[in-house]
Amino acid sequence: MEASWQQGLVGGLMIGAAAALLLLGNGRIAGATGILRGFLRLDFNDVWLERGGFLAALIAAPVLYADQVGRPVLEAPFGIAVMAMGGLVVGVGAGLANGCTSGHGVCGLARLSKRSMAATATFMATTGVTVLVLRHLIGA
Amino acid sequence: VRPFIAALAGGLFGVGLVISGMTNPMIVLGFFDVAGAWNPRLAFVMAGAIAVMAPAWWLAGRLGRPLAGGTLPSPPPAAIDARLVGGSALFGLGWGITGLCPAPALAALGLAGPAFHAFAAAMVVGVMAPSLLQGRRTARTWNP
Repeated sequence: MEASWQQGLVGGLMIGAAAALLLLGNGRIAGATGILRGFLRLDFNDVWLERGGFLAALIAAPVLYADQVGRPVLEAPFGIAVMAMGGLVVGVGAGLANGCTSGHGVCGLARLSKRSMAATATFMATTGVTVLVLRHLIGA
Repeated sequence: VRPFIAALAGGLFGVGLVISGMTNPMIVLGFFDVAGAWNPRLAFVMAGAIAVMAPAWWLAGRLGRPLAGGTLPSPPPAAIDARLVGGSALFGLGWGITGLCPAPALAALGLAGPAFHAFAAAMVVGVMAPSLLQGRRTARTWNP
C-alpha cells in the first residue's frame, strides 16, 4: 500500500461517509475520544451497546479488510516506552479537549463549531512544532 | 437496529482510516514535516471526510431527527476555555511524537505490533484520567 493522494481522498470520503451514517442514522457524533470514553464508563445501557458495536467494528473491520487485500506495513516511529508515553499524552489531551482528530477535526469542523476550530488549529500547530523539533532540531 | 448502524459506521470508519493512511505514523508525520519531505496526503483525507460530513450536518438539520430514532446532537457550546486549548495542545504534542491519534490507533490494533498496542493501552488510561479526576471532584462537591 504505497502513499498516494488518491488513497487519502478515498479513505477520507469513507471516513466522512461513516461519520455521516452515524449522525443521520443514530444522531451520534463519530468522535473516537467521546465514544471510547463513553464505552469505558461501562454502564451497559443501549447507548453503551452502540458504542461497543462501533468500537468492535472499528477494530475488526480493518483486519478483515487486510485479509482480503494484504496487510499494510505499519511502523512505529519509536519503541514501546516512548509510544506508551505518547499514548498517555494523546489520551489525556483528547480527554481534556473532549475530542480528537475525528470529533473536532472532522465532525466539528464540518459543522463549523468554533470550539472545534480552536481545538483543531491548536493541535495541528503543536503537532507541527513537535515534528519540527523532533526531526530537525533534535534529529530523533 | 441502532447498534447495527453503529457497527456499520465503525467498520467503514476503520477501513477508511487504513486506506487513507491515517493508521501509518510515517504518513501522518510526513504531513506535518513541512521542513522536510512533505507528504500532502493527510490534507486529502481531511478534505474528503469534511466534504461528506458538511452536507450530512445540513441534511440532519433538514430532517430534524435521526432516521433510527432518538435526537440529534445539541449545538456545540461556544466557550473556548483553557481546558479545550490546553488539552488540544497536549494532544498535538503526543500526536507529533507518535504519529498516532485515537481512531487510527484503535483501527490499527489488529494490524500492528506491540509499540502500537502500548500506545493504545496508555491512551485508554489517559482518556479516562481527566473524567476520573473530575468525577472525584464532583463527588466531593455534590455528595458531602
